[in-house]
Amino acid sequence: MESPEQIKARAEAALPGVKIDIVPNGSPSRQLSLLIDNEHALAVARFLRDDLALRLDFCSNVTGIDWLDRTVKKTVKVKKTIDGEEKEVDQTTEEKISGYLEAVYHLYSMTQKHGPVVIRMRTTDRAEGVRLPSLTPIWRSAEFQEREIFDLYGVRFDGHLDLRRILMWDEFVDHPMRKDYREADDYEYEPTPHDDVLERAKQHYAPRPQLDGAEKITATDLHG
Amino acid sequence: MTATIQTLEPIERPPTTMGSRLDGELLEVSMGPQHPSTHGVFRMNVALEGEIVRKLKPVFGYLHRNHEKIGENTSYLGSMPYTDRLDYFCSMTNNWAYALSVEKLAGIEVPERAEYLRVILAELTRLQNHVSLLGFLLNDMGAWGTPLMYAFREREKILDLFESLSGSRMMCDYMRFGGCRCDTPPGWMERAKKVVDVFPRFLDEFEKLILSNEVVIARTQEVGKLSPELAVNAGITGPMLRACGVNYDVRKVDGYGFYPRFKFRVPLGDHGDTYDRLMMRVLEMRESIGILKQAFEQIPAGPVMNPKVKIRAFRPPVGEAYGRIEAPKGELGFYLISDGGTNPYRYRVRPPSFINLTVLEDLCLGHTVADVMVILGSVDIVMGEVDR
Repeated sequence: MESPEQIKARAEAALPGVKIDIVPNGSPSRQLSLLIDNEHALAVARFLRDDLALRLDFCSNVTGIDWLDRTVKKTVKVKKTIDGEEKEVDQTTEEKISGYLEAVYHLYSMTQKHGPVVIRMRTTDRAEGVRLPSLTPIWRSAEFQEREIFDLYGVRFDGHLDLRRILMWDEFVDHPMRKDYREADDYEYEPTPHDDVLERAKQHYAPRPQLDGAEKITATDLHG
Repeated sequence: MTATIQTLEPIERPPTTMGSRLDGELLEVSMGPQHPSTHGVFRMNVALEGEIVRKLKPVFGYLHRNHEKIGENTSYLGSMPYTDRLDYFCSMTNNWAYALSVEKLAGIEVPERAEYLRVILAELTRLQNHVSLLGFLLNDMGAWGTPLMYAFREREKILDLFESLSGSRMMCDYMRFGGCRCDTPPGWMERAKKVVDVFPRFLDEFEKLILSNEVVIARTQEVGKLSPELAVNAGITGPMLRACGVNYDVRKVDGYGFYPRFKFRVPLGDHGDTYDRLMMRVLEMRESIGILKQAFEQIPAGPVMNPKVKIRAFRPPVGEAYGRIEAPKGELGFYLISDGGTNPYRYRVRPPSFINLTVLEDLCLGHTVADVMVILGSVDIVMGEVDR
């Protein structure tokens, strides 16, 4: 199978205006991924699926990731002249990356039997209701999985025909897979006989009969 | 005496909606979540025209406990027993998929004997999963009890093997990154051989009982047909995909474990209907028996655990990996991202039966309510995995 660099070069040549970055992977698995820009995501996805050499017709796994704000330390070797002598010195720079949400797609080919090609899309920030283009029109297997990302991460997919919550209930407010999610104490609160219900329940009890004079009658009166 | 009892105001009742719905074309029915043949707590909102299904929307989440979040808050090893609870019929293959992904993430090698043990256990799992699926499906069709008990009799023998190996019948928690937890007890391999040797005789009888049965044929052939194009596009995997005639088996394609060392065929269907999906299971069991017999002959002695792996305080390098295996229900994958800590930064399960349900509506449209249960049964779902 083609390497990610080759796929990037060919896709950028075939589709004008497309920009693809390669995301490094430090793990021994060496599964590099292609970061595609959201504007051209559908075109790139269609290219990956329909290109005769790739034929990535099977979208196996779709998932979201929540990246919080983080600082990345980078060590670069810099040449410096110290006491008139040129030396290599390690210089660490800290880079602040603001948080974002990510959608990752693992693609395989059932006709060519190769894979995986990993593609990712990133949102600009972690705000409520951030948007990404849906790839469900290309691969239907993303239908439920994009709904799951919407449900658990709060990414809205443009072009998804049936974007509803899938695992949490419809009235649920937050997105539980976000890293800063805090569980509510009483998110399963239901109005059981407390306040409002208790008030309403009182209506069903007949009030005690009003005093009508009968309580004043005593035993002595009856026999007297 | 003039005791007065106050009478309550008459309560206003909402107008009944039933009549207006019946006047319309479609009748909405909520099937489940407590329906006996939904295999757990699964609900389908069905719009019916008479008895014919015109719309069907599956509703999930009754068993949702956010397995992935729990996995992110636990160490790598801590998630291993929890993977048993995904698809509780096939804990061995769940273990393997997770172990394989972590091994990919950290670049761990597995000793030869452990790889053979994994193949043996995965194929035994496939046998017991497929056989109990057939039993359950017959149960759904109305053959109450008897076929299911036939299937469970055989399943029980395999579960006994699992119990003597791992200490638990269903929640095995047997595999580790870099091997298996312990070696087989004395005599285990002989017992396993005996179970596998008598299995074909049972399978012949079961197949004759089921697949040539007039009622089964009438209720499954031409029911719930799936086209290969849709199946590929919708990410259907496992026996359901191969019943449509698409030759895709992760055991062959990825060649993980020691599967390239075994000779086996991938059975394929022609029509993609429910009958083919049933047939696929029977044929796969026959191939599994072949793999098991080869594995019993080839398995070498030796260690079952890679001694270099630090199981406790295990910290894989920063990076990510996606590993997948051919579980009995389809492609089971784990996607892990490590940030260098003891817990995975992201822990994702690709559940085959959840994604196989994508096409449930397409399969059921135009069929009767009674067929919906048969089609759902042939998809082979376990809610522990669907809802996670």
